[in-house]
Amino acid sequence: MADRPFWQSMRALALLAAAALGGLLLLMLIIAYFADLTIVDDASRGAVDFENRSISIVIEQEPPQMDSTRATDAVSGMLLGHLMEGLLRYDGEGNLQPGVAESWTVTPEGAVFKLRENARWSDGKPVTAHDFVFSWRKVLEPETASQYSFILYPIKNAEAINLGAMPSEMLAVTAEDDLTLSVAFEQPLAFFDRLVAFTSYYPIREDFYLSRDGRYGADAEDLLFNGAFVMTKWVHGAEITMQKNPYYWNKDSIWLERIEVPFITPDSNTQLNLFKDGKVAMVQLSPDTLKNALQNRWPIRRFAEGTVFFIEFNHRPERLTRNLNLRKALYYATDTAELVYRVIKLPGFLPGASLFPTWIKGEHDFLRREYPVGAHPVNVELAREHLEKARRELGLDEFPPLVLLVGDTPTSLKQAEYFQNTFKRHLGLDIRIDAQIFKQRLEKMTLGQFDLVAAGWAPDFDDPLTYGDLFASWNKNNRGFFRSEALDAQVRIAQGSLDQAMRMRAFGEIQRILLDEVAIIPNYERGRVFVADPRLEGLIRRTIGPDPDYSRARIRER
Amino acid sequence: MWRYTFKRLIQGIVTVWFIATATFFVMHFVPGDPLSDARATSEQIRKNLEARYGLDKPLAEQYYIYLKNIASGDLGISFTQQNREVNDIIREHFPVSAALGVLAVVFAALGGILWGALTALFRNRMPDIVIMFFVVLGVSVPSFVFAALGQLSLVTLNDWLGTSILPVAGWGSVQHLLVPSLVLGLGTMAFLTRLMRSSMLEVTGADYVRTARAKGLNATQIFIRHQLRNAILPVVTVLGPAIATITTGGFVVEIVFAIPGLGRFFVQSVQQLDYTVIMGTTVFYGGFLVFMVIAVDLVYGLIDPRVRVR
Repeated sequence: MADRPFWQSMRALALLAAAALGGLLLLMLIIAYFADLTIVDDASRGAVDFENRSISIVIEQEPPQMDSTRATDAVSGMLLGHLMEGLLRYDGEGNLQPGVAESWTVTPEGAVFKLRENARWSDGKPVTAHDFVFSWRKVLEPETASQYSFILYPIKNAEAINLGAMPSEMLAVTAEDDLTLSVAFEQPLAFFDRLVAFTSYYPIREDFYLSRDGRYGADAEDLLFNGAFVMTKWVHGAEITMQKNPYYWNKDSIWLERIEVPFITPDSNTQLNLFKDGKVAMVQLSPDTLKNALQNRWPIRRFAEGTVFFIEFNHRPERLTRNLNLRKALYYATDTAELVYRVIKLPGFLPGASLFPTWIKGEHDFLRREYPVGAHPVNVELAREHLEKARRELGLDEFPPLVLLVGDTPTSLKQAEYFQNTFKRHLGLDIRIDAQIFKQRLEKMTLGQFDLVAAGWAPDFDDPLTYGDLFASWNKNNRGFFRSEALDAQVRIAQGSLDQAMRMRAFGEIQRILLDEVAIIPNYERGRVFVADPRLEGLIRRTIGPDPDYSRARIRER
Repeated sequence: MWRYTFKRLIQGIVTVWFIATATFFVMHFVPGDPLSDARATSEQIRKNLEARYGLDKPLAEQYYIYLKNIASGDLGISFTQQNREVNDIIREHFPVSAALGVLAVVFAALGGILWGALTALFRNRMPDIVIMFFVVLGVSVPSFVFAALGQLSLVTLNDWLGTSILPVAGWGSVQHLLVPSLVLGLGTMAFLTRLMRSSMLEVTGADYVRTARAKGLNATQIFIRHQLRNAILPVVTVLGPAIATITTGGFVVEIVFAIPGLGRFFVQSVQQLDYTVIMGTTVFYGGFLVFMVIAVDLVYGLIDPRVRVR
């Protein structure tokens, strides 16, 4: 068929192809014009840039809420931690350092903070005590509907204001003068200083907030900063630029001039590819990308991220899991070391043994050293004995399948399969796995549609109480309805006492009650593994507060 | 023609209304609570939130308000990004998806037509066999595999050359557009190639081609005017739905290449049960798809006089 018509057709086709290619180029230029794209990519922008004192990073999602009174998620918290500063802040070792407050005194009845004179907003005006009064009232006003308002409840009248029973002017926080902020407590309190570093306690200046007409936090120009950096650019879903704040009182301690966030994606493979391509300074590793990182022989770094995971039981009357012997049987059959080292197999994870994580501080040392629990006991024989007792107590011939409610992440599914397998093998119990997306899992927990649920708890502040009151009978997060008067009494001591030794003893008791009653089966403490550019120094990873924290980072000269 | 257009438009509006209604009710009957968060809130805060989003009203009233707002072009405020309007989200992110989608469709259409014509010319010879092998591959491999592969080859290439010739991910320049849109258009390109090949072959043996040849027209003219133009018709038919699916279905590519398109927000909103964003984007996408199909039907008449409706 290689005749003349064929070649003429071929030539026509080639001409068409050439025309198509030209048209395509033109189209790209047109698209670039309309979509506001540059023609040439600025490829010089690397992970770290010593000359310009700049780094580039990737975040996993668009920050959903940059209004500090309403922010609840980790990404918003991380960015706000670079942009804002509270009265106090945590340093790299997790110790409290002065922030906007230069000195403070905390008594059982209240606290007085002396603000430093040179603290400035990013427009040059001074940060005053009024800015704290305004934002704290805002957090508590019912219209704000802040999900973290409870963290301000230690302040006198806070809860009443939040419930709409009092106007927000009644909040017992007063600006004595521009630089003196005094706070009265609802009841004697031992750890208020550890709360004021939290996101919800950041200041907001009233005139600026009002001038934004309900858009505060929606865009870069709808925010005012008093932290180490200012946000100069925010293209939603695409990129964020933070620059050193020239008005920050402690600017001499900040080496970096710029933090660029040119990439926003939850895809861990993409993140690793960006790291490999030298575009970002740090990436978190997932089970998938860990292998890849190991093959590249990059030094893997790890840290205990702080969240504790456990199996929570449904203690509602109609549920079998209300039976203590059944819970004990499941508890003794579980091997958390096997779960962590054999099933999850991620570095940085620790086998769980208590509701309280290993890193949380007690009176002088870590709480878990002052009140040790030992390793999780595994005893299949004992487990079978308890199961037999439970069977007789419940008057059953055979156990119906138990429902295990879990999240839909790969790690949760592995965890669920471990329990399904273990309980079947050791106890002959059938487990039905019910995997749900986060909000549906929460709803099912709230409605009590489960026998067992894989739950987790991340800390909010640096006191064991952030975990300690979780299973109090009045706590709304106690969705399994665990009830223990002895535990409630200990929680009241931990909340109200000013004697640290007594409080820690109470936490020790809470820990013991939860394990004796098998309110939960501890699973693991989550760890994080990551790789970072070797020239990046001073990167802070922390369990409480903004993480990761680049504000004190610097770059090594080659 | 005008009556036909009018009729199609009315049909389109009814379809969109149906989509909106179905989404609304499915949304409210699906288990899960959009206002829940890791930290349980008091009843009072819950009530405040419900009042803000109008969830405290009876379902019928919510539905009425929802339809009224859609009719006036107000899609409400996002549940997760509490100070952003859904209108803003669509306005900022749809153009990104559209830019990506338009380029992908053009890639797919041009590629499909050219490859299809080429394989028809070389029917059952080596080039045809090789191209058709890749076509089968392209039709059957899902886009997330292409996306991952595309990105991996970029990283490897950059690593190998020691310099970044094309960005691995991100947004902001024309270079960021190239690989993602190619990846996005690949499946459609393969599909169109197959379609174009068979319709080309059908046309080659047609009477009017023989007549044209007999009348002594040269091969180039016959090829372009009589073969290509007639063979292209079925391709145009599927192009309408293809434009819609490519523009709306890019979320995998958007996530892998860190592109701030609307598809990402659509998928995220479902995971986070963000009612307003789910409903807003679904209605928007639904409307877009319906009117794309209508537009193609109307354009069809321009290409083929026989189907022109009076």
